[in-house]
Amino acid sequence: MDGITPQLVALQLFTGLALGAVYVLLAVGLSLIFGMLTVVNFAHGAFFMVGAYAGYALYQVVPNFWLCLVLVPLVVAAFGMAVERTLIRPLYGRGIDYPLLLTFGLAYVMVEAVRIAFGKQGLPVDTPELLQGSADILVGEFPLYRLFVIGVTVLVLAGLWLFIEKTSFGLIVRAGARDPQIVRILGIDVARVWLIVFGLGTGVAGLAGFLAAPMQGISPEMGGSVLTVAFVVTVVGGMGSLVGAIVAGVLVGVVESLAVLFVPEAAKVSMFVIMALVLLVRPQGLFGRAGLMN
Amino acid sequence: MNRTTTLASAACIALAAWCAPAGAQTGPIRIGLPVPLTGPYGAEAQDQVRNAELAIREFNDAGGLAGRKAELLVRDDKLNPAEAATRALELIEKDHVDFIVGSLSAATQLAVNNVTRQRKVPYISISQSDAINEAADFSRYTFHESLNPHMTTQAVGRYAFRKGMRIAFLTADYAYGQEMTRGFTRVAKEVGATVVGEIRHPLGATDYSPYLPRLMALRPDVVVFNNFGRDNQISIKQAGEFGLKGRTKFVTPVLTYTSRVAAGARVYDGVVGGSSYYWAIESTTPSARALNDRYRRAYNGAVPSDYGSMAYSAVRSLLQAVKAAGTSDTEKVVDALAALRYDTYKGPQSYRACDHQSMQSVLVIQSKAAPQGSPDIFSVLQVAPASADALRSCAELGFK
Amino acid sequence: MNAHSDALYDVAPPRRTFAHIRTHRVLASVLVLLALPWLIPNQSVATNILIYGLYGVGFNLVFGYMGMLSFGHAAFFGVGAYAAGILIAQAGAPWWVALPAAVLVAGVLALAMGLLAIRTRGIYFAMVTLALAQCVYFLVYQFPLSGGENGLRGVNVAQVHLPGLTVDLLDPTAKYLAFLAVVAVALLAVSRVLASPFGGAVEAIRENEARTRACGFNVEHTKLMAFVLSGALCGLAGALAAIHLSSVAIESLHYETSGLVVMICLLGGMGTFFGPFVGAALFLLIQDVFSLWTEHWQLYAGAIFMFFVLFFPKGVWGTILEKTHGR
Repeated sequence: MDGITPQLVALQLFTGLALGAVYVLLAVGLSLIFGMLTVVNFAHGAFFMVGAYAGYALYQVVPNFWLCLVLVPLVVAAFGMAVERTLIRPLYGRGIDYPLLLTFGLAYVMVEAVRIAFGKQGLPVDTPELLQGSADILVGEFPLYRLFVIGVTVLVLAGLWLFIEKTSFGLIVRAGARDPQIVRILGIDVARVWLIVFGLGTGVAGLAGFLAAPMQGISPEMGGSVLTVAFVVTVVGGMGSLVGAIVAGVLVGVVESLAVLFVPEAAKVSMFVIMALVLLVRPQGLFGRAGLMN
Repeated sequence: MNRTTTLASAACIALAAWCAPAGAQTGPIRIGLPVPLTGPYGAEAQDQVRNAELAIREFNDAGGLAGRKAELLVRDDKLNPAEAATRALELIEKDHVDFIVGSLSAATQLAVNNVTRQRKVPYISISQSDAINEAADFSRYTFHESLNPHMTTQAVGRYAFRKGMRIAFLTADYAYGQEMTRGFTRVAKEVGATVVGEIRHPLGATDYSPYLPRLMALRPDVVVFNNFGRDNQISIKQAGEFGLKGRTKFVTPVLTYTSRVAAGARVYDGVVGGSSYYWAIESTTPSARALNDRYRRAYNGAVPSDYGSMAYSAVRSLLQAVKAAGTSDTEKVVDALAALRYDTYKGPQSYRACDHQSMQSVLVIQSKAAPQGSPDIFSVLQVAPASADALRSCAELGFK
Repeated sequence: MNAHSDALYDVAPPRRTFAHIRTHRVLASVLVLLALPWLIPNQSVATNILIYGLYGVGFNLVFGYMGMLSFGHAAFFGVGAYAAGILIAQAGAPWWVALPAAVLVAGVLALAMGLLAIRTRGIYFAMVTLALAQCVYFLVYQFPLSGGENGLRGVNVAQVHLPGLTVDLLDPTAKYLAFLAVVAVALLAVSRVLASPFGGAVEAIRENEARTRACGFNVEHTKLMAFVLSGALCGLAGALAAIHLSSVAIESLHYETSGLVVMICLLGGMGTFFGPFVGAALFLLIQDVFSLWTEHWQLYAGAIFMFFVLFFPKGVWGTILEKTHGR
């Protein structure tokens, strides 16, 4: 295999980081929602897609990329909270399968609604002017916008970490993930906590969609393929673990990028092989807590 | 248990045989049209429906077949081969169609073809694919109206490749991409260009950043994007963002109207590709003008797309064969279709005998900037004329 | 997973008719299915209902009766389809070789996947099965005889020769009845299994795994056996699908096909015997009726599905059973 220089491998690694950034954002949201509510959100990819479209629609009204960057996660989070209150709340206590199945159906509805509203063809999205072009990162030219995405992801993760580790609300989130019964007994309104956490998780998914839009354009189907990856990453990292989501997201992104160099046919299935291997050795994922799912 | 069902089966078969309708020679001429109305190619499929309806209306307005009108039965195959086969079965068994035209993806057309040829129903495919021409899938009742990868790559490759050029492929790892790569490799060899490498990506990839650095490292003069639809739009967009466009020429085998509209002028600027039809050939081709005018009148000044107009041609030529045969009887129509010389929308066409591939011209087009909403989005660089030389030989396809 | 099946929890005194139907559930099911082609618009959809109903029955063993959500059952359905398809199309084998072969191959695959997956539970079990099924998808895609993305064509079984009778499979009604015969045999087998002590163990595991283990049952062994049986049945359904459509699509191995059977069992009623057929009929008819009417059928299908999850968690058949047993 000629042409594979250390430079190329390093560039591929960087590419893997950028790839992983979007995966990480999605997985973090999924993991939060699962860890706190034990809800498997099959509509997570649809929220990702809604974030992209919300950005597009918002941009027509407020043609400022930076403003939209802040507004889109809020809009999607609001929508997520509405969904939690009306559709998911009635299902608590019925067993884990029901919210899973509900969100499964919800995804269909969301995708079709977007098709009706925005057409089925997909829409072009331009990279904001400030972030166009590429930068020399020593190992080669790398698109500026992707560096930006990595940067935003790091900021969001830092913000989430601060929120969960350093605030009292974050304390409740951590406690609720460990033992929801006790939290309720202590008099805390768990329902409100769940509402906010669901909003948080879907808001981050919407942000990921908004960030991904200039890279790949937007289409109603864009949530489907990314959902599978998000699940793989969440499960490999361990459901309910934020550190796990980050590590697994980067791992999957990097492995996929390197697989393209060395074993191209297997690149697509590489993440499933990783998932199968990890789960067989450690059934709760890399950082998950054993017994969380009983 | 088993005896009961056996007796029941026997009774039903006897009843069915007694009631079996003879080949209907009266009543409307029914044409089934399974196309992917839902899914990523919904827009193309919609245009196929519009164009097919235009052809039906034209036939009926001219009196039909001695008063017998034609009727179009549109079905959604959801871009899924199992669904397409089910629709085909339903069209044949329940709706008693006389003919079927349709499908957009290679897999769905093969599934439909398998059903129609078993039941001796004529089927005209309007989907790009090499497989349906090969001996294993061929039948007397199978016709292929649209281009196949070999024809497309011959036309585009001969325009774009020159002796000594370095050619690199970005190929979607499925039949379409592989067939295109095979075709282009052949042309490169014939003109003396060098294929420096092929990077494969999975169908449906949204992030090409793993593939593009590797592609750039090959230092090609021409990058050929052997993918379709969303893959095509996204990969070309991202390749441009990675800085590839300044140093290399972008070529793609099939440059569709809908892709160019969806991704926009900046992304596709300067890209060269092949097409079965572009409305602007009306300046040199009378039948194109006729179709465009009809379409403009019927649909508010819009123009037919490439995939859409293929449906028009398939239905119109089929009905022409019915008229020539003077009947909707299957065997006679098949004979008439196989022998037909027609010019429905872009110049002379006819079916080659061994594989029923419609020999036709191939356009080489280039994307250009245009105001929003204007249909003037391509310039026609070259028209490769209809010829059997552009096809693989019958022997190569497995025919004795 | 708390869906009650009608077999174990029969506390209220049963009414005579329903008691009859329950003891003769195979016959009752077959009789209803016999009438199906005349109740719904067309035969190929009726045949699809049979096929997907059988697929659901197989899946139900693991999901409804044992409480394990698997997202990888498409692997068994697809592998059964490809096994039968390759034998018929490439090796010219007759149907009575292809069908048992499909069952066998799918069963062996289920054994292999089961051995790997049984150690996990809950959502992780679902994810492991998903991952393994995707690996199977990938392997079959690359396998030269499968036709890859284009699918496998040429699975042409025009006639079925039985002693004293030739069934023309090109006749839709005859094809339906022939398939019904196969499905009836499969249902008989499932019914026997569920009524046996093994069936009792399966349901006991769903209700309380720890207690079942304490009673001395080998839980892992039972789970694995149920998984293998489930896979074999799904493989049979896949083989029938291959013959019905004369082709096998690579999508039959995709996780969307796994998701489909989950939906079918939920709509119909998990843990009920006839539920999967009701679910399959409901799902396919909703899809067909709505897609004739509007291209946005997925909106309505999804909304209806959500409605069921919210208000009819036991599925249509499950709810009907519950109401009529006066519980």
